[in-house]
Amino acid sequence: MRPGARSLAHGRWTPLWFLAPAVLTLLIVGIYPTIFALVTSFRRYNITRPRDGFPFVGFENYRAVLSDQTFWDTLSRTAGFFLTVIPIQLALGLVIALLLHRPGWGFLRALARVSLVVPLATTYAVVGLLGRLVFNRDFGVANWFIGWFGFQPVDWLGSPSLAFAAIATMDVWQWTPFCALIFLSGLSMVPMEIEEAARLETRSPLALLRHIQLPYLLPGLTAILILRSADVLKLFDMVFTMTRGGPGAATELISVYIQRVGFRIFDLGTASAQAILLLVLTIILSRLYIRFLYREISA
Amino acid sequence: MRRPLGRGLHGLGLLLTLVFALFPFYWMVSSSFKAQADLLASPPVWLFRPTLDHYAAIWADQKVTTAVVNSLVVASLTTLLAVVLGTPAAYALARFEFRGKADLWFWFISNRMISPIVLALPVYLLARQAGLLDTYLVLVLIYLTFTLPIVVWICTDQFRAIPPDLEQAARLDGARQFDVFWRIYLPLGAPGIAVSAIFSFIFSWNELLYALVLTRRDVQTAPVVATSFMSGYELPWGKIMATGTLIVLPVTIFALLVSRHMIRGLTMGATK
Repeated sequence: MRPGARSLAHGRWTPLWFLAPAVLTLLIVGIYPTIFALVTSFRRYNITRPRDGFPFVGFENYRAVLSDQTFWDTLSRTAGFFLTVIPIQLALGLVIALLLHRPGWGFLRALARVSLVVPLATTYAVVGLLGRLVFNRDFGVANWFIGWFGFQPVDWLGSPSLAFAAIATMDVWQWTPFCALIFLSGLSMVPMEIEEAARLETRSPLALLRHIQLPYLLPGLTAILILRSADVLKLFDMVFTMTRGGPGAATELISVYIQRVGFRIFDLGTASAQAILLLVLTIILSRLYIRFLYREISA
Repeated sequence: MRRPLGRGLHGLGLLLTLVFALFPFYWMVSSSFKAQADLLASPPVWLFRPTLDHYAAIWADQKVTTAVVNSLVVASLTTLLAVVLGTPAAYALARFEFRGKADLWFWFISNRMISPIVLALPVYLLARQAGLLDTYLVLVLIYLTFTLPIVVWICTDQFRAIPPDLEQAARLDGARQFDVFWRIYLPLGAPGIAVSAIFSFIFSWNELLYALVLTRRDVQTAPVVATSFMSGYELPWGKIMATGTLIVLPVTIFALLVSRHMIRGLTMGATK
């Protein structure tokens, strides 16, 4: 405890009064529904067949989910999506961060830095709508672009692998700036004297990156990996508006799939079991996040 | 001192970054001003005679304007509530020591990671039973699950930076705990509170899944209405892009205001 804080004595219940409104609210809007989902996950709960009632069925939903090939396919597709976008986002993000960190081109540099905020703020659903226009088979600008390199126009959203590439492209557009800005803040943590001295020692930017800047980039890298994986598990809006998970199930990531089971098939028991499993995965991720990134606060 | 080649490449790289970041945005805005024939042209046209037809169509079709108003109401209300409920909690986390503080902090943080689909299912069932589907109330409440944590995180950070001496001096003068919060922390923490309010507005404004599941007609938000245009054979691209522009433009302006804090908002303060 810092010496300044010690003298701020307070009554035993004082913190409670300040905390209670927020904590009670989150209990009601966050925890209560979660418990309700947990209970639902042990029931047969199809609201298109209310006459069957909603009987408790023990672990039947979980057994069904865990032996459901589609569920596992969806999870591995989600993992595949993460593994597709993250290397591109990291590499591009690092290059952009280095460009923004390097002295020179003052105004252009400031402009480029600010422009990175635009993709991050764009409504995810609108990114999907935009994706549908950009990747349109007949008049999309993506086909015009690949035409420059001598490729024939293709039906992006009609073919499974191309649709996957298309949603990955939109994700790369939206989230590369996130990586770039995190790396940039890491780069700006390198003490000026050390960086200047190193620049005199070596002319190679790669050596500078490897020996001086890399240690400052690692905490940001951890944050990116964990947050981006949570984001991919959450990813719904953009995919839903762009492809609805199609063609077939080619772009159906985990959140899109659970939404379909819950709100288009109306099998809420099974969907709840899937959601609870997703929640468990998320809790593991957030424990990792806390363990690696908030060490100083817990100490 | 620097080699001219390196400088040129640096400039080119920055230019490409700018194009990369802004092109889709530019494409959306410019498409919203294209006549239908220009929109469907192949190859795409770059120079065209701009038209306001699509915006006029949106204005005439009240669906979009109503939805924008709905979004505005929901995002403002949830932001206001988040600030009212969240700032006292942030003060307690910033200044008091108590048992379970770390656990509480972690609980707030983990809300950042949870997929909305996990809550959308039970909240849909609960709201259906309670007759709350398609009301402002249910959206405002469920949005608190992400707006409240962000206010708590950012304001805790901000309040920690306020010198404890101020509080001590006020307490010696006999100020009550609540007065300290009200007269010292709220005014001095105003910049952080503003940033957190802007973030919570942006996140609520951009949200689709909850709104899609929990609204039917009356309180559909702007992203839901934009999505609803995507059915039928001939898509009204101009109208879709004009709606998209109307949705994205206000939050982009907000985001530019807080651009320096963008990363803090998105990572919940883990990196600055």
